[in-house]
Amino acid sequence: MQKVLLLGDEAIAQGGIDAGMSGIFAYPGTPSTEITEYVISSREAKERGIKACWTANEKTAMEAALGMSYAGKRAMTCMKHVGLNVAADPFINSAITGANGGFIIVAADDPSMHSSQNEQDSRFFGKFAFIPILEPSNQQEAYDMVFYGFDFSEKYGIPVLIRITTRLAHSRAGVTRNESRQQNNIKQPANLRQFVLLPSIARKQYKDLLNKQKYFEEESENSPFNKYYEGEDKTKGIITTGIAYNYLMENFQDTKLPYPLLKISQYPVPVKMIKKLYDECDTIYVIEEGFPVVEELLRGILDNGKKISGRMDGGLPRDGELNPNSVARLLGMKAKDGREIPSVVTPRPPSLCIGCPHTDSVLALKEAISEYGKDRVFSDIGCYTLSALPPYEMINSCVDMGASITMAKGAYEAGIVPSVAVIGDSTFTHSGIAGLLDAVKDKSNITVFILDNETTAMTGGQPSAASGRLEDICKGIGVESEHIKIINPLKRNHEENVKIIKEELNYDGVSVIIPRRECIVTQSQKFREKSKSK
Amino acid sequence: MHSNAEPEIQRKIKKQIIMKKDIILAGVGGQGILSIAAAIGLAAVESGLYLKQAEVHGMSQRGGDVQSHLRLSDKEIFSDLIPRGRADMIISVEPMESLRYLPMLSEDGWLITNTKPFINISNYPSLESIISEIESLPQKIYLDADEIAVRLKSPKSANMVVLGAASPYLDIDFEKLEYAIKLLFGRKGEEVVNANINSLKAGREYADKQISKAKEQTTDV
Repeated sequence: MQKVLLLGDEAIAQGGIDAGMSGIFAYPGTPSTEITEYVISSREAKERGIKACWTANEKTAMEAALGMSYAGKRAMTCMKHVGLNVAADPFINSAITGANGGFIIVAADDPSMHSSQNEQDSRFFGKFAFIPILEPSNQQEAYDMVFYGFDFSEKYGIPVLIRITTRLAHSRAGVTRNESRQQNNIKQPANLRQFVLLPSIARKQYKDLLNKQKYFEEESENSPFNKYYEGEDKTKGIITTGIAYNYLMENFQDTKLPYPLLKISQYPVPVKMIKKLYDECDTIYVIEEGFPVVEELLRGILDNGKKISGRMDGGLPRDGELNPNSVARLLGMKAKDGREIPSVVTPRPPSLCIGCPHTDSVLALKEAISEYGKDRVFSDIGCYTLSALPPYEMINSCVDMGASITMAKGAYEAGIVPSVAVIGDSTFTHSGIAGLLDAVKDKSNITVFILDNETTAMTGGQPSAASGRLEDICKGIGVESEHIKIINPLKRNHEENVKIIKEELNYDGVSVIIPRRECIVTQSQKFREKSKSK
Repeated sequence: MHSNAEPEIQRKIKKQIIMKKDIILAGVGGQGILSIAAAIGLAAVESGLYLKQAEVHGMSQRGGDVQSHLRLSDKEIFSDLIPRGRADMIISVEPMESLRYLPMLSEDGWLITNTKPFINISNYPSLESIISEIESLPQKIYLDADEIAVRLKSPKSANMVVLGAASPYLDIDFEKLEYAIKLLFGRKGEEVVNANINSLKAGREYADKQISKAKEQTTDV
């Protein structure tokens, strides 16, 4: 088979297509988005009838994938790390139900927070759920691990977590494909109680899960992805996890690595291999992308064994992404610093696009709210989060998907009147609806802006689940029709829009204002495609 | 025949010894650095090289600074990121952005950049101060790629002008780059392909002139 150039994300997607996956379910989120996008645009996937669905949020994605696994078919769900928080409930419980058809969850972590609110390490979640974790070090492994992961999942009836990080997700390299495998036929669970987590059943299933741990450990000791490399110089022993291996080897291009090395890419950790390294080496260096998961285990709370160096003793920075230079420094090797950045270079933060509808919405809100002060505006996650930055400096919160409405409600209950929420159309359907229902039930005096650009813009323009139905949803959960206002965010409508917003800020109850204008990026994409087809 | 064979052997030896190119591509989100990366990438694969290319997706694409690490080698490549101080080249479609990645550039690395500023921040520095920083570097080529692209009546292909200007230092056959552009833009029709290839050639021409000028100067001394 010939090599194809694929992003790490795409390698996972192609792996799924080739490994007999029947469906993939996801809500977009950097750096995981390109997995599902690839399957959606793949001709092969279409020919094989693979379902590729954008879902309302990560929880619904996880549950749909679990349902497909129930049906005996191979299913995948993928999300960014914080998406796994949203899906945590079905995720943890799917470890107790177990899988029927192969079930893979991909979590894409974002160390250094290139496009995220935190840099949580999903390996903790895998351990929390007692399920095996695969952590590829390169694009080829990412591809191969999908085959391996589905097989593993079916062998033990267990969901498998694949954990990647931004750098692998968004880096391209050559990948050799395997021969593709047929999809499974429908085959419901042999035991129809398997997925019924009533306490009496759950207790039994949980014991089964605990009993499986020793097999998972054994698999890790014999995994093709965990390798022990002997070395003559035993003053140092090195453990790498995932892509940290690459940053180590980058420093040993011209000379052979003289130290014993344990490369871990499958969890639970291979204890025997770690013991061997610990026994034969003087100092243990632990290099992990993300949290010091293995390092913490190795140290224990007493940390009274051999010297261990990694992220916890300052050998490596405690936060942020690794790179070849930081790894070189850990091992006492010389690392170049390069030139300094000249002082003329100024930061260039991301900003709203020229012509973005959010700009006009934010400017109208800014003027309308000036009599109360802007210190009562809550928001969450989307392109409009950029309105926290100059020249707008309009919003005062960005915590998680949907938190704008609920935080505005809480602030209102505390006495901030009126209180304002700014949320996007896709974010609203992801996690905003339930919060709005809370506000309606309690007749909270909040004004909710649903910025409707008719797409999921920040991640590249995926469809938005409620396009064309936003007013109906608001009405349906009880927002009064006369306080649902659609405005067109354009410069020429500024005065009129300000007037409408002021009226709703004055209304003592729930108001929803929907500034509706398509995202300038998706609009111009459509325009280009149209003019090309002419 | 003999006279042809010798450079071929030399080329092969040269390739065996030194084919490693670590390139930082720089610009502002939306300026088309990924097209440059894709063109070099396709040409590299066509030349039988290993490749790794790290991109920036997500929030920064909204008008923020973006960069891509592109690594080519005839040996297996490990890190997706280029180590600091080791990049052979910085190729930038924006002058201030070319300087942001100077810590990545090796002492004798090349900086090739467009001089047309992309101003979407209020405190953008003066162009003179940027150019003087670029001029202080030992190895650089800078050109107004936008002006050249406009002159060629394909204003959107300034990125290919920059790629053309970088091409003498890539150690990849120029024809392979042309071939890559054909693959990359083929879908958009012959007109777009030709516009991009003309821009590539114009950038190359500019660089060649600079190189021969520099040679004359050294022989003068």
